[in-house]
Amino acid sequence: MRVMVIVKATADSEAGNMPTTEELTAMGEYNEELVKAGIMLAGDGLHPSSKGKRIRISGRTRTVIDGPFAETKELIAGFWIWQVKSMEEAVEWARRCPNPMRGESELELRPLFEIEDFGEAATPEVLERDARLRAQTEGR
Amino acid sequence: MTASAEAAEAVRRSIDAVWRIESARLIAGLARLVGDVALAEDLAHDALLLALEKWPATGVPDKPGAWLMAAAKRRAIDQWRRRPMLDRTHVLLGAERDAQGEAAIAALDAALDDPVGDERLGLMLMTCHPVLGADARVALTLRLLGGLTTDEIARAYLVPEATVAQRIVRAKRTLAAARVPFELPRPAELGARLGSVLEVLYLVFNEGYSATAGDDWMRPQLCEEAMRLARVLAALAPDESEVHGLVALLELQGSRLRARTGPDGEPILLLDQDRSRWDRLLIAHGLKALERSQALAHRAGRALGPYALQAAIAACHARARTAAATDWARIAATYDALVEVVPTPVVALNRAVAVAMADGPAAGLALVEALAEDAEAGGPLRDYHLLPSVRGDLLEKLGRLDEARAEFVRAAALTRNARERAVLLRRAASAGNAASAATGSDGGGEARAG
Repeated sequence: MRVMVIVKATADSEAGNMPTTEELTAMGEYNEELVKAGIMLAGDGLHPSSKGKRIRISGRTRTVIDGPFAETKELIAGFWIWQVKSMEEAVEWARRCPNPMRGESELELRPLFEIEDFGEAATPEVLERDARLRAQTEGR
Repeated sequence: MTASAEAAEAVRRSIDAVWRIESARLIAGLARLVGDVALAEDLAHDALLLALEKWPATGVPDKPGAWLMAAAKRRAIDQWRRRPMLDRTHVLLGAERDAQGEAAIAALDAALDDPVGDERLGLMLMTCHPVLGADARVALTLRLLGGLTTDEIARAYLVPEATVAQRIVRAKRTLAAARVPFELPRPAELGARLGSVLEVLYLVFNEGYSATAGDDWMRPQLCEEAMRLARVLAALAPDESEVHGLVALLELQGSRLRARTGPDGEPILLLDQDRSRWDRLLIAHGLKALERSQALAHRAGRALGPYALQAAIAACHARARTAAATDWARIAATYDALVEVVPTPVVALNRAVAVAMADGPAAGLALVEALAEDAEAGGPLRDYHLLPSVRGDLLEKLGRLDEARAEFVRAAALTRNARERAVLLRRAASAGNAASAATGSDGGGEARAG
């Protein structure tokens, strides 16, 4: 299964403060462990939300909103995608993560949808329609 | 479940996860110290049992890998000291064994407080040692490095659990009897020694990839495990071009897993696949691995090896947004290089297909005819259904429909896959119909566009 590991933003990360050499080294070593375990598929840090945009969708209107965004705790500062055998394995790896922030911080683990997750809802007809729609959108 | 039962269950599941993360390193580190894979695995399991006993009360320690290693080493020292009193069932014999035992105790004592190193490369070289047969190598590698249970391996390979257990026991005995040492070859020799490891990982992947048999749930697991172990190997032997080549090949092929079967499980050919279902993340990762493989080969002044070349072919498909956009000239050129390194008729047949796509069916057919002649003379492709199938396809495209029909019929008789047979017979009938329609009208014939 795949798990997205989300690094939550903090006031510090939102202020655009860059990590110290020591923090970078610790995170580098941790990333190396993930690579050596063969589980890391992707991972990156994100600029603060001041460089971000939001698109609000309401009916047919689309409104572009410039960052920064207020609710710091709900923002994200980085992510990984891991290939693991179970949620417990992901938790065990996440426990080993050095603190990505100064002060208190939080990681959130969310499994990615896999085809099997759709279970009975994914009848052959649904899958076929899904494939047809994807083919059409790709074709455009 | 009561609250305490639930808590105990939660700890058990964390221990499972710790075991999955730590077991390969643990066994590898122990194998280096005691020189015997079977003993190393036993010691690691003893440590796991101790963890299962202690951790529910204490919680999982901060450095569970170090905890397990220390427990296993203490256990090993105990065992060696008590050894002379016990039945001598272990692999080392007599005086030599005692000498090795003393040396091992000394090494273990000295290493008791060492940080946990990473000896997995040495362990991989052992479990994939050429002294073992392919089945044994696969089972032992999945068990010791993949952390798969015997039951999981058995389900994946559609054999009884007892058979897998037997294979693993025998493999360990063979390694001991042949006195295969735990060693890391010098960097100059590493490439040659890695060949059999790459082969094992490729076999595991293909077992999962071929939709012929096995527990449906376990098949993708095998592919994932092969990809993971290949990435591990790439991290442990970062300067080996072919290792990155294998990572690239597995990830690029693995990226098509979701697209290669239809809703009823029927196979969908590469060119007919819905490319929006290809896994972009694996493609990106695989292309990066291929770049590294190519850069390393270039830096060493060597040609690409067979895995990197096959990955380069897979990469051409991965980069093409539509089937029509495929760079067939580049694929054909890569096959030219591949057929030099792997001069087998199957590669030659694939090369003919690529040439047909790049330069037209006539050019491809000329190569196929040469292979068919060889097959008719009793060559290795004699019973290979894809040879007449490809030949039929090219003849059909050239409008030689009667000949095409005969080839499809021949291919249908050779394949052992019922679904494939049905497809081939349908193509034979359609070529036959088109042939009679063509003779009935202006002889133009409608070649099926493939």
